[in-house]
Amino acid sequence: MLSAILVMAGIGLVLGAILGWASIKFRVEDDPLVEKIDAVLPQTQCGQCGFPGCKPYAEAIARGEADINKCPPGGEEGVKHLAELLGVEPKPLGEGLEPKPKAVAVIDENTCIGCTLCIQACPVDAIVGAAKQMHVIVASQCTGCELCLPPCPVDCIHMEVIKEDVATWKWRYPIHTMKQVE
Amino acid sequence: MTRKLFTFNGGVHPEGHKDVSNATPIANLPLLPRYVVPLRQHIGTPARALVQVGDTVLRGQMIGAAEGYVSTAVHAPTSGRVVALEPHEVPHPSGLADMCVVIESDGLDQAVEFQPLDWRNLDPSALRNRIRDLGLAGLGGAVFPSFIKLNPEGGGIDTLILNGAECEPWITCDDRLMRERAAEILQGVAVMRHMLGAREVLIGIEDNKPEAIAAMRAAAAGEAEVIAEVVSIRTLYPTGGGKQLTYILTGRETPTGGRSTDVGAQVFNIGTAYALYRAVALGEPMLSRVVTVTGHVAAPGNYEARLGTPVADLLQAAGGALPGSVGKLVGGPMMGFELENDAEDNAAPLTKAVNCIIVKHPDLFPAKPSALPCIRCGACARACPADLQPFEMYWFSRAKDFGKAQSYDLFDCIECGCCSFVCPSHIPLVDFFRFAKSEIWERERHKHDADQARTRHEFKDFRLEREKKEKAEKLAAKVAENKARDAATAAAIAGNAESADPEAERKKAILQAALDRAKKAKESIAPQNTDNLSPAVAKQIEEIEARRTQADTRPEHEEGK
Ligand code: SF4
Ligand code: SF4
Ligand code: SF4
Ligand code: SF4
Repeated sequence: MLSAILVMAGIGLVLGAILGWASIKFRVEDDPLVEKIDAVLPQTQCGQCGFPGCKPYAEAIARGEADINKCPPGGEEGVKHLAELLGVEPKPLGEGLEPKPKAVAVIDENTCIGCTLCIQACPVDAIVGAAKQMHVIVASQCTGCELCLPPCPVDCIHMEVIKEDVATWKWRYPIHTMKQVE
Repeated sequence: MTRKLFTFNGGVHPEGHKDVSNATPIANLPLLPRYVVPLRQHIGTPARALVQVGDTVLRGQMIGAAEGYVSTAVHAPTSGRVVALEPHEVPHPSGLADMCVVIESDGLDQAVEFQPLDWRNLDPSALRNRIRDLGLAGLGGAVFPSFIKLNPEGGGIDTLILNGAECEPWITCDDRLMRERAAEILQGVAVMRHMLGAREVLIGIEDNKPEAIAAMRAAAAGEAEVIAEVVSIRTLYPTGGGKQLTYILTGRETPTGGRSTDVGAQVFNIGTAYALYRAVALGEPMLSRVVTVTGHVAAPGNYEARLGTPVADLLQAAGGALPGSVGKLVGGPMMGFELENDAEDNAAPLTKAVNCIIVKHPDLFPAKPSALPCIRCGACARACPADLQPFEMYWFSRAKDFGKAQSYDLFDCIECGCCSFVCPSHIPLVDFFRFAKSEIWERERHKHDADQARTRHEFKDFRLEREKKEKAEKLAAKVAENKARDAATAAAIAGNAESADPEAERKKAILQAALDRAKKAKESIAPQNTDNLSPAVAKQIEEIEARRTQADTRPEHEEGK
């Protein structure tokens, strides 16, 4: 038991160290505005904004080259945040962009041929598996970006909308009848 | 001996309705044919199921193990067979289903062997683990895993407070428990005191429960070991709030965003102390609790029922709902919630969190008049025991300006309902605060997910970059190697013209190298991204692989035929 804990702790430390080192080594020029914008973006990394990920979109906004209403996963809420951050007026989401309910990708285990194409496509390494072995998506890490759908040669990946459960349920906006005061 | 007591600001005096249910002794429910045991009965991560459909279980057998730190176990309420492991209705304001183990009794009620705990000599952390595995969670309604609260965390806790205030209207289960089982409660208190190393033990009881105060005082007087002081406190809702009770008894104010432990006090409900007695002295897991069934029922009173008892059976034990009833409340009228899906065959079960079921009748619970605009009269602020400004929080919650709402200390709101109770405009203020809080929590969750995704994405980019670099380096090395070898071969040819065909030699060498490479590559094929898997995912992969092997072998068999 103890050795198992130590091994896990060790793996954790090593990965942590790599990540830490990577975050220092690969830090793109430390532009505080880009960081701030990136912090507001949902990190789905889906590319619907027309940029290859959230960070590039953040950079484009910071350079003044992209509008703030291009990110569907962020929704109106996200646009509002960006508007506040940049001190501009919020606006509706861009033409043809619409937020979808949050979903995760699921691989049909009997159809998957283990080609690893989806692993390469996933921007957040949420898919585990090896060549010629069935792949699995770790739901808690999947951002729902849908980038793994097109590369799959046997169309075995589909999106499942995340259902509300007791833990994620939210109290509804109270419906209370306001009496008219004459 | 009179102790100086303190009075918090605000508070209200709702009608008690305690006498409806507190006159009769706690009654036991008969063994039922079916129990529905939710795996999530506490705050934190739900328990992980240890049984499968078809398994036979014994009373007290652990059927769900604590998962992660903030969690605790659940146990089988009787002996029988697991007939389902599925989402099932539970008492929750959402009305959503949650994972439950459904057990069909075999009628024998056979138990596993219970082993009392030698709490004075057990290692503290081992003792806490046992208490976790016995499934103890706070029975006051918050159901926080008890073993965590019993950790002295460096010994800063000098005061142990027992909450017998039971300030919420209608509810009388703690009242009856104190009247009938005072000595046992105090035995549980002794264990708590031992574990926390607390110097002082204060038991706060509202003065509308004179019998309970007398019973507890009598028991405390006879007890040599626990020096507990039973303190009668003025009846004023919400004296039973943890921070409020701590202030009343000690004068210590819990800081904003803090807990009572920050000021050296740990608060437990009376019922939890009793459950701890059963756990330690008898070795019995948390299998049942006392619950008040009151309101518009034939025989209102308190019932000791096994966890997992369907609410319908509870009501039946209380003589059934009387004609004209309209819905049920779980908990009290100030802080409780409507039981959704109010069908007669209501299958939602009793859990550790449920201290009361109230059957409503329009005479007892008249419909609230519709709300009027806020007139900023300040009545809500005067009533608020947490010294908040509800009308400001309401204003911003209603406008969904959550940042502003939070800046008025929204998260210090204990959702006691005093503000809604006094508001002359009948605004359901607490509903807005609950709404705002859960929106903010969701935002926090999304933020956390986004941060994780960002890190993972950056790591992937880093990995790709590194692989690219490594590939380039390898290529360069290869080119250099080839060049060197070509040069060497040329030199050899020049030096020894009689040797065997050099071209053939060279080809053979290349072939051998390629074979070696292929062999090596084959050996080193390993699943990607498979380190650091959670056991659940690992298991999932295993199961899937098993299914696949089956699926794979089948067609081969058929071809072979
Ligand atoms: S659309 Fe939004 S979530 Fe998707 S990559 Fe662009 S910024 Fe990120
Ligand atoms: S698994 Fe698919 S949908 Fe999920 S994050 Fe990866 S690529 Fe996107
Ligand atoms: S009590 Fe009601 S009307 Fe008065 S200030 Fe508070 S919310 Fe407004
Ligand atoms: S519900 Fe919250 S705001 Fe209202 S009185 Fe209670 S603590 Fe104060």
